[in-house]
This record gives sequence, structure tokens and C-alpha cells, in this order.
Amino acid sequence: MTPPATETTAVQLPGQAQAAAAAAHATTPAKALRDVATMTWRNLVHISRAPMQLSDVTLQPVLFTLLFVYVLGAGITISHGNSYTDYAIAGLLAMNLVTSAMGTAVGLSEDLGKGVIDRFRTLPMWRPAVLVGRSLSDFMTAVLCAAIVMATGLVVGWRTGPGADIGGVLAGVGLFLLFAYALSWFSACVGIYAQDVESSQGIGMVILFPLAIISNALVPTQHMPAFFRAIANWNPVSAVTAAERQLFGNPNPASMIHVWPMEHPIAASLIWSIGLLAIFAPLAVHLYRTRVKD
Amino acid sequence: MIEATDLRKRFGDTQALDGVSFSAEAGTVLGLLGHNGAGKTTALRILNTLSVPDSGSARVAGYDVVADPHAVQRSIGVVAQDATLDELLTGRQNLMMVGRLGGLTRAEARRRAAALLEQFELTEAGDRQVKGYSGGMRRRLDLAAGLITQPPVLFLDEPTTGLDPSSRVRMWDVIRNLIAEGTTLLLTTQYLDEADALADRIVVMDHGRIVADGTSAELKTHVGGARLEVTLTAPSDGAVTALAPFMLGGELTVSQDGLQLRGPVSAEHGLASAVVRALDAAEATVDDVQVRPPSLDDVFFSLTGAQQ
Repeated sequence: MTPPATETTAVQLPGQAQAAAAAAHATTPAKALRDVATMTWRNLVHISRAPMQLSDVTLQPVLFTLLFVYVLGAGITISHGNSYTDYAIAGLLAMNLVTSAMGTAVGLSEDLGKGVIDRFRTLPMWRPAVLVGRSLSDFMTAVLCAAIVMATGLVVGWRTGPGADIGGVLAGVGLFLLFAYALSWFSACVGIYAQDVESSQGIGMVILFPLAIISNALVPTQHMPAFFRAIANWNPVSAVTAAERQLFGNPNPASMIHVWPMEHPIAASLIWSIGLLAIFAPLAVHLYRTRVKD
Repeated sequence: MIEATDLRKRFGDTQALDGVSFSAEAGTVLGLLGHNGAGKTTALRILNTLSVPDSGSARVAGYDVVADPHAVQRSIGVVAQDATLDELLTGRQNLMMVGRLGGLTRAEARRRAAALLEQFELTEAGDRQVKGYSGGMRRRLDLAAGLITQPPVLFLDEPTTGLDPSSRVRMWDVIRNLIAEGTTLLLTTQYLDEADALADRIVVMDHGRIVADGTSAELKTHVGGARLEVTLTAPSDGAVTALAPFMLGGELTVSQDGLQLRGPVSAEHGLASAVVRALDAAEATVDDVQVRPPSLDDVFFSLTGAQQ
């Protein structure tokens, strides 16, 4: 039997009042932004304290670029007499940004293993600021990484092709950084899920390294076995790399492949990036809340 | 100001809290006293919003810790048992970070950080990384971090565990100053003298339950007016029988070797003479007789049933 309406209201009221009171004490958007800024600042101070930790976005890109252009590039021919250097830089951008995304996982699992996280949890701060601050400081290192890859590229002879203007180049870099940012949220999930720094590094490596390699980043996919070719053509890293090559006016053999993401690489990279963000940012927040609850 | 009602919390097979209730008025100091594993830290973590009870409720500064944790967090300072500092930041940067996250403006945070570094004699070390700090320095910085927003309620989890005696005395002085400023304090401790020295009210916990709750004086009265300790030259059943009538509100305990007899007595003039005469009549020879007021140790051990 349905209880009288008045009774229902009377029962619900205290709960509603409590919820309303709690909502009134929730973090304001301005405070949330300040908390994100504070956490980003803290992570940047960490980096400044141990600059060698940055080697994966400073030294590694230089090393990779030189190795791929001069060692592997010597044995790879790109159709129509295009230079491997012009082909490779967009791929090296992808490769370096994907592998450096692991830094988010490592940084977060490091934080979660320390007492400082209990301090954050007793402060009236916006909870996700721990994650958003991490993603922003990692985004800044990604910008640095991209700049170093491109600078190294220019030194070894990389040039944008005909038809590429400054707007296109900036759009290309922006597309890439968006993807790197989205990927850092995936990496954040790994970091929260893993129980310690070593396993988060391990899990990150096992997923991100093949993601970077089974793609068109470093070699054209046309000669891969069918199985890997299918993966490579649908790999978001391939879409982003192809979009980059198109915007830079660099050789892009993937444009001949009749697969939707390769025919529309810019749209595909945007969809991939937004999709990854939409899935992994809320998932990371959820995993974080679950992990720190007891 | 602090009110816990029937808190229960279970971790796997362990009932960490088994129906715990206590309260502290504004401006008072409540001491949670107990051994490791008694449930002190679990209770504290529920009150400071780090943990959620399986059942029961708690209010801090007028807010429910489960329904409105943000409002609670705005009213509390927390000093945990393990240092919760950022090792890579300097002492000053740690305080700035906690101040900013706690809602201070940048200028306020900077001013408070400088004042606290000064107060805790950390000014010189303030711009060095925390990873180079000694244990005592970390503990002081942790306390400073808990105080930076000037919270009306402060939680201290075993503030002097692991400190050397001189750091311990300094920490007591700091805590006494806070008390004088009117901060409501909840502190956990394993040390009876610490609870005795600092707390207005003492809640004694054992295996997730409260075994006693009162002022230090009340708890001592509970055990009896005085403690009698007799050391015999040789074990004697006659001595045990002779002393039994003196016991008040408790039983005579006999050590394993039968030489030490202890128990609560009422402190009357001539008690020691009466005891010696009774033992003499029982033909027991005595090495030592002591009549002393009960210590908090006596209270603790008589309540928790631990062997002395």
C-alpha cells in the first residue's frame, strides 16, 4: 500500500536538508581552480628538484630522433623518393609523447603510496585537483617534449612540405598535444589501479609501447602482416600521426589506405582524443575515490 | 565540538571499533588512551573524514563527518602519526601548499607559514627540502601544517611517539600553548603520563571498546584511594589472607613468585603500621611496604586486565 503523500515528505525532509547543507559546503569553482593551480605548482616544483626525471622528455626525444633518422632511416625507403626524415618527425612526435605519457602513471602511483595523500584528503580541497594538477603538469612537459622533437628534427633536416602554413603546423601540434593529454588520463587510471610505482611502470610499458610501435609512426603500414596492418590502421596513434603529416605537408603514405581513420585522420584524431578523455577522465576520478576510501 | 556516537568499524576479521561513543566540549582536551590496535587511530580517522564508519555517527564542529565532510575539513587541523609531508618541497613550500589548499589567500598563507616556522624554530631550515629534516623537525613541521588555517579543532595522533625526551617536552609545551589559545584538541596516546599531563578528559580504549571515560582524578578514584605494595622475603599464604581485609574496591594481586602483593586500599592514617602488624601476626617477614596514590598506570592495568 502506498503511504500518504505527507508522510513520504516528512520522511524525506531531513535527508534533503542534509544534502542541501552539504552542497552549500561543496568546493566553489574558483576554489577548485586554485586547488588545481596549487597541485600543478607542487608537481612543477618536484620536477625542478629532480630535473633528470625529465630525461624521458628531453634527452630521449633527441636520442630517438637521431637513432631513427640515421640508423633505421638508412634502411627504410618511402615511396616517390620522399625523405625518411620528413616522414619520421611526425611519427617521432607520436612515439615520444606516447611513451612519456607513462610519467603520469608513475607520478600518481608515487603520490598514492605516500602519507601526503592523507594530508590532501583531510583538506577542504576539490578532490580531483590531485589528478587534474598532475595532468596539467604532465601536459607542460609534453609541450616541452614536442618542442624538443621538432627542434631536433629541424637540425637533422626536417622541413614542412609545400602547402603547410604556420596555422596548419600549430593545428598539427595542438592535435597532438590534445591526444597526449587524453592519453595521460588513461595513464592516470593505470597509476591509480597499480599498487606501486614499479607495477604502474610495467603495466604502462606493456600497453603504451606496442601502441606506439604498431602504428604508422615509424614505418608505413602497407607492408605489415594483415593482422598488424588492421590494428595499425585503426590505432589512434596512426590517426594522429597521419593528421600531423597532412597538416605539416610531409609525406603521408597512409592517405592511400581505404580505411576511414586514414582517409579522415584529423576527424579521427579528434574523435579518439575526445573519446579517450570522456572515458578515462571520469574513470580516473572514480578509481581515485575508490582507492583512497577506507 | 566533537561527538562520536556508537561508532563501529570492521577491517576483515578485526572489529577495530565496537560501539564507541565519546564527546569533547569546545576548548577542552580529550585524550584517547590505549595500546597499539586499541582502535584510537581508527576512531580518529573517522572523525577527521579519512575513513567512514560501518555504523554510528560523528559530528565535529557541528557537522556530520559522513554527510558533510567538506564543512568538517574546513574546521579541523590534522596531525597524523606518520609524517604527511611532501619530501621534495621545502618546509615553507609545504606550509604554503597546505595553507592554499586549506583556503587561505596567497598572502595569508605566506604570512602564516613564516609565523609558524618562527614559532616552531624552523626558520633556518624553512627553505631546505623536508627530506633532510630530522624526526623532531618533521613532527614540528607536520604540526605547523595542521595549524596553518588556525582551525578550531585539532586532531593529534600520537604526537610524541618516537620522539626523544627533549623533543617530547618541547612538543608538550607547544600543545599546552594551543590549549591556552582555546583550541579543542583530540589527542591519542599510548603514554599514561601524556594523557595525565595534557587531557581534561581521558577515554581509555581496549580492543575497539571504551573501558573507562572520565577525568584523570575520576579514573584514579575509580581504582581506590591508594595503592598498597608489599614485598615479602618469602612467599606466604598467611600474608595473603592477612591483607585481604584491607582491600577496597578491588582484589589483592600476587606476583608469580609470590613475593609482590598489590592492591587498592583506603588511605587512612596508620595504615602502614596496621599492615605490618597484620603481616607480623601472620608470621610473614617483610622487605618493603609502600602506600602511594594510584597512578594512571594502575587505572589502565586494572581496566584492561593487562599484567603489570
